[in-house]
Amino acid sequence: MNNKTKTPLFHVSRRAALPWYKTWAIRGAALLLALVLSGIITSLVTGEDPFAVYGAIWKGSFGTTRKFWVLMQNIAMLLCVSLAVTPAFRMRCWNLGAEGQALIGGLASAACMITLADKLPNWAVILCMIVTSLLAGAIWAGIPAFFKARFNTNETLFTLMMNYVATQLVAYYCVVWESPKGSGTIGIINPKTQIGWLPQFPSQKYLMNVVVVAVVCVLVYIYLNYSKHGYEIAVVGESERTARYVGIKVEKVIIRTMLLSGAICGLAGLLLVGSTNHTLTTTIVDGRGFTAVMVSWLAKFNPIWMILTSFLLVILGRGAGEIATKFGLNRSFGDILTGIILFCIIGSEFFINYEIKLTRGAGKEG
Amino acid sequence: MFDIVSFIPRAVVQGIPLLLGSTGETLTEKSGNLNLGIPGIMYVGGISGVIGSFYYEAGKTAQDMNTALTILIPLGCCLLGSLLMGLLYCFLTVTLRANQNVTGLALTTFGVGFGNFFGGSLIKLSGSSLPSIIMTNTSNVFRRTLPFASKAGVFGKLFLNYGFLAYAAVAIALAAAYVLNHTRTGLHLRAVGESPTTADAAGINVSRYKYAATCIGAMIAGLGGLYYVMDYACGVWTNDAFGDRGWLAIALVIFTIWRPNVGVLASFLFGGLYILHMYIPSGMNLAVKELYKMAPYVVTIIVLVLSSMRNKRENQPPASLGLAYFREER
Repeated sequence: MNNKTKTPLFHVSRRAALPWYKTWAIRGAALLLALVLSGIITSLVTGEDPFAVYGAIWKGSFGTTRKFWVLMQNIAMLLCVSLAVTPAFRMRCWNLGAEGQALIGGLASAACMITLADKLPNWAVILCMIVTSLLAGAIWAGIPAFFKARFNTNETLFTLMMNYVATQLVAYYCVVWESPKGSGTIGIINPKTQIGWLPQFPSQKYLMNVVVVAVVCVLVYIYLNYSKHGYEIAVVGESERTARYVGIKVEKVIIRTMLLSGAICGLAGLLLVGSTNHTLTTTIVDGRGFTAVMVSWLAKFNPIWMILTSFLLVILGRGAGEIATKFGLNRSFGDILTGIILFCIIGSEFFINYEIKLTRGAGKEG
Repeated sequence: MFDIVSFIPRAVVQGIPLLLGSTGETLTEKSGNLNLGIPGIMYVGGISGVIGSFYYEAGKTAQDMNTALTILIPLGCCLLGSLLMGLLYCFLTVTLRANQNVTGLALTTFGVGFGNFFGGSLIKLSGSSLPSIIMTNTSNVFRRTLPFASKAGVFGKLFLNYGFLAYAAVAIALAAAYVLNHTRTGLHLRAVGESPTTADAAGINVSRYKYAATCIGAMIAGLGGLYYVMDYACGVWTNDAFGDRGWLAIALVIFTIWRPNVGVLASFLFGGLYILHMYIPSGMNLAVKELYKMAPYVVTIIVLVLSSMRNKRENQPPASLGLAYFREER
């Protein structure tokens, strides 16, 4: 080893805020890079023309009216879960339990649909569903929040574990309420009476969900940006000590925000069970709780940008199904493409936050 | 009657993938990286080994196959695959300082997709005529036990009746515990995880330690995937069969309070809890079995809560867990 001080090739320093068009230009470049990379990998693996594959993705998403509405429905549900986790994330509280919170909300509404069907009129059942599912989601998020606030228990790991507890709970009730007997699945709930099915617009089955989620999106945006609560969340997220110093009750903010987070997840569960599927399975949330983390983060926790990012991720997933059938590939190919795109965008954040200066030849410092 | 002699070996076999995954994740977390990509890495490790041995075994009979190569090819492929995943995670989180939770989840999406894609399409892609991915010959080598194991009675059944990777897993866990607690390297690694600023000031190369720990951790975790396919599943790859074991491995890290040596017994306990529902007499009530499957997660939550309530300093997660380190930001 020589003892000369080596000047590193680069000097990395934090950037002051970039203008918004530059940050989005960087992200756009990352996305382009990702598409080129995935194109290369697609042709290597399958020997297909990548443009044909991207064409198939586009067609698979927008090809027919039905496909378009399925796409809209998927975007709405992913957006709903993403909106749910966002308030907690702004507080730097990593709620990875959205999967379980949505599932438990779905369980609560299914429970109302099944047990109250012949006891109460339809409107009362629906009212019960709304109340219980929001409450169930809130409780599921509230338990980790309480321990986080009281004992500083690691909320990332706690909420992660709660997912599986919820999954098994649903699996339990799937067997208890199975119909027909021995199938191990619940099947469509109240297929004849349609009790507990949320009202729909007569023209479009999925329009209701889209409208509800759009309203929630605007509400969350206002809550986070223009309310006192939203401000408190931002302060706690930036610095807990500052928050304490200015007299914000941090414990209260943590619990309140997580309850809200869970309640919106519960709403997602309600929509999935009551409006879309009319049944309950352990996989009804379909990994959205985890995808939502990425949606929310990619949009920098901004509810309006999240419409765009959830659109991107859903299109990839839907399109992948289309590729799978068209080229005889496995469905999971979409996950690989999603992964590549995420890696590129995740990596691009570095160039937004940091500045790289070449130091070679710039003279010796220090 | 509860058949303990048949229960324990099955619990151990269930526990080994969890043990490998949690040992890898413990090393990673000790460097301050919360790698939620472990489930994906274990998938990639498994499928990489499968791809390697699939091409080696194709068209060969058991006599044609060289025993050493049969082991080394899947092992090498598995280690390489999981190493690349580890490197990717490190590059994004350490060099580019990306958010660890998001990167980890993306890695899991990618890894599980990678595993299922190649698991589902390998036959079509390679143009082979086999009906499904079954590597009986390779698996037989991986499952080979000591020749006298079957003759040693109950003792042999409980302690000797496993493939070599199972013993390797225990050895790796014990070695990891030793390195972490009794060597200078381990001390430096723990310092990096607790306070990278202090470690940096003491002249420890933070990035190098983070890279090394995470990549080695990923390779160990990848072995868990390989063990699952080659030994537990008898060389048969089924999509999604690996299930949620990756998350269970992360749960195990918390359960053992970041101690790989505790992980040896704890993983067998978790393996036992995982299959407990098959042994508890529940009569015709299938639903209750689903509740028993909850046990490992509930136990983990209780440990997590208790350890934070008691608030003993040696039982806490590494202090800088989940945070990226940037020297100029203090």
